[in-house]
Amino acid sequence: MNFFNQSKIFSFINKYHNLILVFFLAVLSLGLIEALIISPEDYLQGDSVRIMYVHVPSAWISLGIFSSMAFLSILVFIFKNKNLVIINKSLAPSGFVFTLIALVTGSIWGKPTWGTWWAWDARITTMLILCLFYLMYLLAWRIFEDKDSVVKITSLITIIGAFNIPIIKFSVDWWSTLHQPSSIKILSDSKIHETMLVPLIIMTAAFALFSLLIFLMKYNTELIKIKNKGLDRL
Amino acid sequence: MYGKKVKLRLTFLIVLILSLGLTIYLVLVSLKENVVYFLSPTEIKALSELKKEKIRIGGMVKKNSIKVNNDKIIFVITDFKNEINVTYSGLVPNLFQENKGVVAEGFLRDKNYFKAEKILAKHDENYMPPELSNQKGDK
Repeated sequence: MNFFNQSKIFSFINKYHNLILVFFLAVLSLGLIEALIISPEDYLQGDSVRIMYVHVPSAWISLGIFSSMAFLSILVFIFKNKNLVIINKSLAPSGFVFTLIALVTGSIWGKPTWGTWWAWDARITTMLILCLFYLMYLLAWRIFEDKDSVVKITSLITIIGAFNIPIIKFSVDWWSTLHQPSSIKILSDSKIHETMLVPLIIMTAAFALFSLLIFLMKYNTELIKIKNKGLDRL
Repeated sequence: MYGKKVKLRLTFLIVLILSLGLTIYLVLVSLKENVVYFLSPTEIKALSELKKEKIRIGGMVKKNSIKVNNDKIIFVITDFKNEINVTYSGLVPNLFQENKGVVAEGFLRDKNYFKAEKILAKHDENYMPPELSNQKGDK
């Protein structure tokens, strides 16, 4: 099961790293100009609507990364593919950071809008649980020394944590929560005006590029670690 | 074909996912009342007995119902089927307005009267520039 030639990936990353960095910076500047200057303020929230352009993309990416990690973990657990283990390990830090960003920006938005920094409603609590699962995953790598058991434990953490993902997604529909339901639905018109939707999408692209960048750097570091230990794989 | 170990691990995972999924489902169904952040006026009316402890009720602030009396704010929370009168003294969030969502935390005195200790504004899923909302108001 060798899908990837590691040395090829290594040289690929080194070659395109700067290109992705430049592309990320360009998209981020465009997104920030759109989000902070061009886009209008909201009819109710005023300027605090701009927090959404950081909050929502972070939340999407943290969910996306955890879902991919859970999917890869199933393959890791069953087939013991070590390349996927390194991919998972490299994805986790940016997922964790984006979950934190979503929680913190949500709190900053909640104070002027709702009138409270924190509410134990279903959406917010399940996001906190996601954050804790990321933390458990990252800590497990430091706690367990034995390579075989750390692979099993970390993949089980993501598989168990994956049950939380649909609960996060549908929490606002299943229960009455303080958090508003999603404004963007696949099957119906978006409840966000298009002048606000454009910066949201650009910022999502920028954050996705950023996590790709961090992922590639982390992946390279992992490969170097393996080489330095004189192992041909994890 | 795959080895015996692979099949064992696959079986383990399927059993884990099934049992955990079922457990979480049952827990969520049985905790439904505790997971909701607030009750609607209709749910308050349907209560068999008055709750003594601190609860939250949520809904829309009824149009033309906000009255300010000395240091007291009196308004009506509605879910367009049932209503409940609320009194509160203190600061309200900026987004507390008529015809907008609200969550009040406090004590139920009877089924028509709620004494709030804290008011939270509930934002809905609509985002738009001010000019657009004025146009909608005109129509």
